Amino acid sequence: MSEQNKNQWIENVDVCVVGAGHAGCEAALASARLGLNTVMFTVSVDSIALMPCNPNVGGTSKGHLVREVDALGGEMGKNIDKTFIQSKMLNVSKGPAVHSLRAQADKSEYSRSMRRVLENTENLTIKQAEICELIIEDNTIKGVVTNTGTTYMCKAAVLCTGTYLKARCLCGEAITYTGPSGLQAANNLSKNLIDNGILLRRFKTGTPARMDKRSIDFSKMEEQFGDERIIPFSYSTDPESVQKEQVSCWLTYTNEETHKIIRANLNRSPIYAGIIEGTGPRYCPSIEDKVVKFAEKERHQVFIEPEGLYTNEMYIGGMSSSLPEDVQLQMYRTVPGLENCKIVRNAYAIEYDCLEPNQLLPSLELKKISGLFCAGQFNGSSGYEEAAAQGLIAGINAAMKIKGKEPLVLDRSEAYIGVLIDDLVTKDNREPYRMMTSRAEYRLLLRQDNADLRLRKFGYEVGLVSKEDYEKTLKKQEAIEKEVNRLKSTMVGANKKTQDFLTRHESSLLKTGASLADLMCRPELTYENLAELDDERQNLPYDVLEEVIIQVKYEGYIERQMHQVSQFKKMEKKLIPDDIDYDDVSSLRLEARQKLKQFKPLSVGQASRLSGVTPADISVLLVYLEQLKYRKK
Amino acid sequence: METNTIAAISTALSEGGIGIIRVSGDDALNIVNSIFVNKDKKQNLLSFKSHTIHYGFIVSGDEIVDEVMVSIMKAPNSFTKEDVVEINCHGGILVCKKILELVLNNGAKLAEPGEFTKRAFLNGRIDLSKAEAVMDVISSKNNQALKNSLMHLEGKLFEKIKEIREGILYEIAFIESALDDPEHISLDGYNEKLSEKLSYLINEVSKLYDSSKKGKFLKEGINTVILGKPNVGKSSLLNVLSGYEKAIVTDVAGTTRDIIEEEVVLNDISLNLIDTAGIRETDDYVENIGVSRAKKYADSADLVLFIMDATKDISKEDEEIIDLIKDKKTIVLLNKIDADCVLSKEKVSKLFSKECDILEISAKESLGIKDLENIIENMFLEGKLPSNDELYITNIRQGEEIKNALTSLKNVEDSIEKGLPEDFYSIDLMSAYASLGKIIGEQVDDDLVDEIFSKFCMGK
Repeated sequence: MSEQNKNQWIENVDVCVVGAGHAGCEAALASARLGLNTVMFTVSVDSIALMPCNPNVGGTSKGHLVREVDALGGEMGKNIDKTFIQSKMLNVSKGPAVHSLRAQADKSEYSRSMRRVLENTENLTIKQAEICELIIEDNTIKGVVTNTGTTYMCKAAVLCTGTYLKARCLCGEAITYTGPSGLQAANNLSKNLIDNGILLRRFKTGTPARMDKRSIDFSKMEEQFGDERIIPFSYSTDPESVQKEQVSCWLTYTNEETHKIIRANLNRSPIYAGIIEGTGPRYCPSIEDKVVKFAEKERHQVFIEPEGLYTNEMYIGGMSSSLPEDVQLQMYRTVPGLENCKIVRNAYAIEYDCLEPNQLLPSLELKKISGLFCAGQFNGSSGYEEAAAQGLIAGINAAMKIKGKEPLVLDRSEAYIGVLIDDLVTKDNREPYRMMTSRAEYRLLLRQDNADLRLRKFGYEVGLVSKEDYEKTLKKQEAIEKEVNRLKSTMVGANKKTQDFLTRHESSLLKTGASLADLMCRPELTYENLAELDDERQNLPYDVLEEVIIQVKYEGYIERQMHQVSQFKKMEKKLIPDDIDYDDVSSLRLEARQKLKQFKPLSVGQASRLSGVTPADISVLLVYLEQLKYRKK
Repeated sequence: METNTIAAISTALSEGGIGIIRVSGDDALNIVNSIFVNKDKKQNLLSFKSHTIHYGFIVSGDEIVDEVMVSIMKAPNSFTKEDVVEINCHGGILVCKKILELVLNNGAKLAEPGEFTKRAFLNGRIDLSKAEAVMDVISSKNNQALKNSLMHLEGKLFEKIKEIREGILYEIAFIESALDDPEHISLDGYNEKLSEKLSYLINEVSKLYDSSKKGKFLKEGINTVILGKPNVGKSSLLNVLSGYEKAIVTDVAGTTRDIIEEEVVLNDISLNLIDTAGIRETDDYVENIGVSRAKKYADSADLVLFIMDATKDISKEDEEIIDLIKDKKTIVLLNKIDADCVLSKEKVSKLFSKECDILEISAKESLGIKDLENIIENMFLEGKLPSNDELYITNIRQGEEIKNALTSLKNVEDSIEKGLPEDFYSIDLMSAYASLGKIIGEQVDDDLVDEIFSKFCMGK
């Protein structure tokens, strides 16, 4: 703060949320809705809920996150339901655990609509200001100070600074010190955080070019349509209300010519020239990375996606880059359909400061600073959905902290959100973290179709889900159980009608009676075609049926995972005291001891997931903890 | 479904013929009951009271495996405070192993190293002051098990397991990358490809399983040293013994040019057969080294096969050798009985201070070799020959993991057949990957995510 600044104004609030991206919006809404006086800071009010990269919400495993956010009482699902322009359920030919909803968003509508919700939420104030300093006393957050010198005293704060901390954008040799889309970076907070003993690191990510639709020849591309029947994200959205006309996306490919240009100009890429120091994500490589690392691939897909209904800008998915503008133009123009393209916004890479997230508790509160929560890209994740999920949890837990209640911590067996946060706070992530279904070991249980059955209860208990919505879920649950039981107990005899039916469906004949559930487990039979043998069947809503079918068809696998979950829960419940001295546990192997000291797991379960900690080390730890328990008595 | 019931051989295998197989956990009684019959051929273990001991037989189907005493200790009054059943058998190592395998096949899990002690402690059975000792037991037993596994695993097998694991991981990564990025990576036609790969993997893992069954997984054989003067027929004996079971004999390269080592399996018992240089006084420097090595080997032998030339009289060298091996389990072989003999059993037996087996053979004509095998087998079954029991356990552990891997891979085949979606395949593939990893001491960790990103080009 400069010395001339005479502003000594002080405001008193409950919760300060720093940042208004997808994490900040959820955090601020949750906190305000839970009755706390909340202020949300942003460097630009026009950038609230901005989507600076891909123009869509959801996708594999991210769709799960959106559903979970919705089930807990968050806003993202509702907002995309209001503003999408195309919707698709991915992976429908695969198992139910990996079905994932993805919707193309009208970006500016999405942003506007979210802002409308925020502006109409009681207890919530939006403030355009950069936060430069945190006031921390006795290892507790007391307030934040803006760039204009105003102090906001608070009881809790949530940091959701996204990619703005000391942001730097690179487009070949052209370097600008801004946040995404040329927005003002936040250059002061990093130093203050470091001064307060918080460890930061530097990550990078990138985005492709946006082009003028009029300069693209779509006749050379394959059209990609949305689904005929649209399924909404939110459990509160009436499915009929989202059946609307959709816009298309387009598919084209790079070719040898494209790759030649890239290879010839690699020396001008700031990443390959060594100018970028941050670590980038492997799952979302720039086109330069793809061409170098997968040199044997003759072509890469390019998805052309609209950025909204009222703009000509098109997003060039699959070709993010930090090459200089002249190389970008040459390279994009080799792609069929883009021969005459005009770039509205260049592709660029962005570098930013973010947190070493193993400084966090699973509640997303910093271990060292009471009342200071962190969420979103600041925690080293990437993606709008990952951000929203953390924002919601951080916002809820800031509120819980002030109310003196237990934090909401979901474990790996309850939600993708649990997997996401547990991975962030316990694993050694060296790149921006993206959710993936393969990261969820109990994914058969954590489906996008049952997020309400899994999580509504928590949302209701916390106070974000209304009684009415919660009761709706309970009723659904009841209907599912009733139908599953009916299918299991309804027997069909080995009579002529049954055998005829089985013959027609090329299914082996019955020797004795079987339940409808047994028959449903045969691959060639379905709930639908079994209607013929099922006289007492009643019409059930689609969402109930979907659950019934999954529960019956995959019962064996589901039970197996449930059994694993019960084992897992046992280990999660065995807590490790804060003051444990691993040097006192002489039988631990050296590598295990180092990892345990570094990551300070809260439970034996968490310890067992650290790489380098073997089952034998866990046995030793269990014995030691038992001994400690008695020593203390 | 996973069980909490564990089993292990709880006596040192090499000591005498008595062995105890201990089973602990909720299903202990049920499991043992399913393989135990009393003298009237009835299964009635469940009705017995706690802290009683019962005479009967362990059976595998209709076949009687051994005559045993079974003791029952019900929770909480047992070592682990769980239901514990102990099977006391007296058939030596092979029978112990067989009974343990039966228990495992009937639903118990092989105990982790130190697991009984761990359970006893965690269930409050062991005094807290012993916690340090308990932790040491757990960590040293685990270290030992891993060391056994790695040190004694044949180099070829180690590489093979690694190769199979890599193959499995690649398939999981492919499936997972397609699930996570369906627009870039397609699973069309993948089932056929996977089926093909699976039959290869299953075949390879089955081969591993067979080797582990034959005890060929680890070099756990009994050190058997062939001693004798030069030219008494030591090498011929080695050849005839190894030739017997040629199909499952592997050559182990001798550590020196004068010592030849070969692993031979005779009726399930594996021998580390070591052929030495003939022992005699010599001025030849190189030969002298060989002789001193032979003496060293004789020193570390579990069993000595001492060969004498039956066509020649006893020499000074013979007497020296007899002195060298006076504390060793020895079988004396009078070789070359196809020719004119001057030595007799009676004459030779007088040379030894204690009783020992003396056998007339002809290595050249394969005479008496079957008798030799029988004698060795009997000595082994009677527990007269020591063996590395830790290695046996390790071998069983590895066998179990390979079996688990095999089952998991077959489950994948089954899932394909049943038309289950691809994401179900990776569940079982991952189990197979983890099981095989345990054999070579590797965990799963972040292998999958790393494999996905390094092998497949993900989009956005």
